[in-house]
Amino acid sequence: MTLRFQPSIRRRLMIQLLAVAALLAILLYLMVRTVVRDAVESSHDRILGAAALEIADQLRAADEGVEIDIPYSAFSMLGSVSQDRVFYRIVTNGETITGYPDLPDPPQDANLLNPAYYSSEFREMQVRVAAVERSILVERSPVRVVVMVAQTRQGQAAVVATMANRAAALGLGFFVVATLLSLLTATSVLHPLRRLAQAVGRRGPQDLRPVTDTTPSELAPFVSSLNDFISRLRVALSRTETFIAEAAHHIRTPLATVRAQAEIALRQASDSDSRESLHQMIRAVEDSARTASQLLDHAAVIYRTDQRDDATLDLSALVRAVVQAFEPAAEIKDIELALSLPAGQVRLRCDRLMVESALRNLIDNAIKYSPFDSCIRIALAKDRRTTTVTVADSGRGLCGASTYELGRRFVRGSNVDDVVGSGLGLTIVREVAAAHGGTFEITDRKGGGACARLLLPLR
Amino acid sequence: MRFLLVEDNGDLGRSVQKRLSLDGHAVDWVQSITDAEDHLAITGYDLILLDIMLPDGDGRGFLASHRRAQRDTPVIVMTARSAVSDRVALLDTGADDYITKPFDFAELEARCRAVLRRRGGAAQTQIHYADLSFDPLSASVTVAGDARELRNREMRLLEILISTPGRIHSKSQLCDRLFSFAETVSDNAIEVYVGRLRKKLAGSEARIETVRGVGYRLTAP
Repeated sequence: MTLRFQPSIRRRLMIQLLAVAALLAILLYLMVRTVVRDAVESSHDRILGAAALEIADQLRAADEGVEIDIPYSAFSMLGSVSQDRVFYRIVTNGETITGYPDLPDPPQDANLLNPAYYSSEFREMQVRVAAVERSILVERSPVRVVVMVAQTRQGQAAVVATMANRAAALGLGFFVVATLLSLLTATSVLHPLRRLAQAVGRRGPQDLRPVTDTTPSELAPFVSSLNDFISRLRVALSRTETFIAEAAHHIRTPLATVRAQAEIALRQASDSDSRESLHQMIRAVEDSARTASQLLDHAAVIYRTDQRDDATLDLSALVRAVVQAFEPAAEIKDIELALSLPAGQVRLRCDRLMVESALRNLIDNAIKYSPFDSCIRIALAKDRRTTTVTVADSGRGLCGASTYELGRRFVRGSNVDDVVGSGLGLTIVREVAAAHGGTFEITDRKGGGACARLLLPLR
Repeated sequence: MRFLLVEDNGDLGRSVQKRLSLDGHAVDWVQSITDAEDHLAITGYDLILLDIMLPDGDGRGFLASHRRAQRDTPVIVMTARSAVSDRVALLDTGADDYITKPFDFAELEARCRAVLRRRGGAAQTQIHYADLSFDPLSASVTVAGDARELRNREMRLLEILISTPGRIHSKSQLCDRLFSFAETVSDNAIEVYVGRLRKKLAGSEARIETVRGVGYRLTAP
């Protein structure tokens, strides 16, 4: 199955956030520049206007027209602002009486009672002009006098440029901060999603509880459909388990009938041929039943390896209980189960069912391969770090086979001819040992027989 | 021993009943929990053999109510499940023991004995013959009041012989009852046990007689 991925949410979120940040940074830059330019211009205008008014105040009527005494303080006021060049022009009735006659006129519709300001081009220079009009009574008739004061705009432009650079730096700074913040935001916004993914991903295959982690409301539809799915899966699995249990029931019950009938027939049979056939029949029933049990056990051990149900228990008590459960089976063969346990409890944190499966298989094996009237020694020992279960029988031994070989699925020793078995028992023991961080080995004993050693670490 | 067998499967129920009666046990067989309750109300049993999946309910429910009613007849559950978890659950419900289908009757008998022994013996099981007094539950035998200790197979051999004194048992018949059918044993293995039992019973009036070419029987003058 291949999964096709769309671009990650995180990347999309980042790109969108960064685009917005860039847009905002540019707007900020433009706005600051405009505001600064307007501010610089209006403060400059006011000085220009003051200069124009100061000049206008010096206008007076003379005998044959208007007279003016240009106050130089007006220009010094402008000179203090910047190094720009200053021009002026005074016009009466459309006639320049002093100054630069080519200084551009104010716009036609301008109200000149208060200073009016306008930008214009003068001798290939950008200038800002303030114009004010006064009416002077000359021989009882008013004369319109317009005073214009202009200044080049280099100083102003320089100030605006400086401020614009700062605005650009500010915009860039804003963009950088916004980038970092959006990185953080994208990460924290996606955090619940990642946490949910981890919570689900950490689960073992048997963990079919609904997801209860707190999630943001945006994820609620996702979580609830996930939970729906989980519950459907659980129903399907429990149906399968019930099915397996019922299947086992329906297979084992007729097998039990076959076995009982075979034993009855054996009681009544006298000729050796039919007795031999019946024996074989019983052994085949035994074999298939045992294999089925061990397959189930093996499956259970594998499932539980993924989904452990650990608890602290007293291994001594568990060993004693398992040995007790095998007493009748041993008794039939007059086998003595000699149990030696250490004083006090052996506290072990483990999955009870797994360890019990391992113990059962060890003891079952020992009984199976032991001759009549023999003794199986089962010992539990512990030191500071580990606990060891030893099961020693005086059966036929391993005939040189190694723990590794016998621990493989469906592999049986070379000397098992007449004993029924599935070849799964030691596999189960080995898997339980591995799942608990322990080891399992089985060796030949010196005087004959096998010695199985299951070592588990005490945590 | 007197058994109450609760098993809904007709074939299996009939076979188990027949097989157990071949060993001299009395078996009442019922196919439902209701019938089981009826039988228990009237008759006392040494042991109940209980199937789990029954037509009118779960055997575990019966087990629980059996324990709540404080009836002390031991129960051995015959289960078709073999998972360790099922077994733990069964023993927790109050079963004395369990046996997985298909079962070895020798093992079933051994388990019954073990359960009865744990419970301190339900019925009077003393068997007397000549100067022998035998209790199969505690596996103890006295020869003219003198206690002898028997191992399991010797005890079972004696049980077979003493329950039908004078009758000749062939080697193969004895083999069938002493050894698990899953084991391969030659009929001659029986000679070993006969030899041992004779040694244990030395000094008794009763003796195990070899009927050449036929088998063995227990006789007393």
